[in-house]
Amino acid sequence: MASIEERVKQIVAEQLGVDEEQVVDSAAFMDDLGADSLDTVELVMALEEEFDVEISDEDAEKIQTVKNAIDYINKAS
Amino acid sequence: MVQDKVALITGTSRGIGRGIATALAANGAKIVAAGTNLQATEDFVAELKAAGTEAIAVRCDVSVAAEVEQLVKTAKETFGRIDILVNNAGITRDGLLLRMKEEDWDAVLDINLKGAFLCTRAVSKLMTKQRCGRIINIVSVVGQTGNPGQANYCASKAGLMGLTRSNAQELAKRNITVNAVAPGFIATDMTDSLPEEQRQDLAARIPLARLGSVEDISHAVLFLASDHAGYITGQVIGVNGGMYM
Repeated sequence: MASIEERVKQIVAEQLGVDEEQVVDSAAFMDDLGADSLDTVELVMALEEEFDVEISDEDAEKIQTVKNAIDYINKAS
Repeated sequence: MVQDKVALITGTSRGIGRGIATALAANGAKIVAAGTNLQATEDFVAELKAAGTEAIAVRCDVSVAAEVEQLVKTAKETFGRIDILVNNAGITRDGLLLRMKEEDWDAVLDINLKGAFLCTRAVSKLMTKQRCGRIINIVSVVGQTGNPGQANYCASKAGLMGLTRSNAQELAKRNITVNAVAPGFIATDMTDSLPEEQRQDLAARIPLARLGSVEDISHAVLFLASDHAGYITGQVIGVNGGMYM
């Protein structure tokens, strides 16, 4: 079983259509990985599905980087 | 034109919805037929299957989010994807404004407008992943012109045109087109029951001098659902014999 970190990075790469090497902890979805607002909504939905969690709109707004997402999922699951 | 595409149509037990599903099936689509009258919807699906179409019937009240989620889940489990959504389910509760009951307003808005929102939201989750899709909303000429005695219905259909444009802008990036078809006066069970005199009166207001047929509508929907219409989005196509231009 892959670690949470690996699974999050894989989802980010898939959803945003970028290489996994680009998906480093510090990468910001919009500024570094070219995501738009629709991409970020889809990304949050994909994380919800993969980890069976519900992410509120308020929390979703704070998930702006790869590290934010990993930390959030670690805390939530 | 729509060979092997999966089409979900609401309000399929009769009238325009049934005609749309029939036309899509005749052109090779697989059909998810939703309706509140399960018996009538199942009977219709049995006819489609007899003609060689892959189809399922699902009972669904489109104004209830949980039922819509279940409908889309069933469609996905059966066919794996949804390529075409036709938001056709609609009701009327006519009455003059001064006497219109709040419940009649709510019922019409819940099914005609909120229902389309709920279905679009649920299906969009699949379509954005697929990176393609066609959403077609059935509105009405009276949503453009207004009509005495139909404040609720006209408001719901005008609202649905706004929803069409807004969704078209949001979903364009995912190669999903969203359009509306606005029928004029169409010969269905409803207009068949009108007295001959009133029918002639109606026809006199239509430049093409006849009521429309269900096929007039389903052909427009078929075109918008097909690959030929890939560059059309956010539009309202009037199919009304010229009664509103």
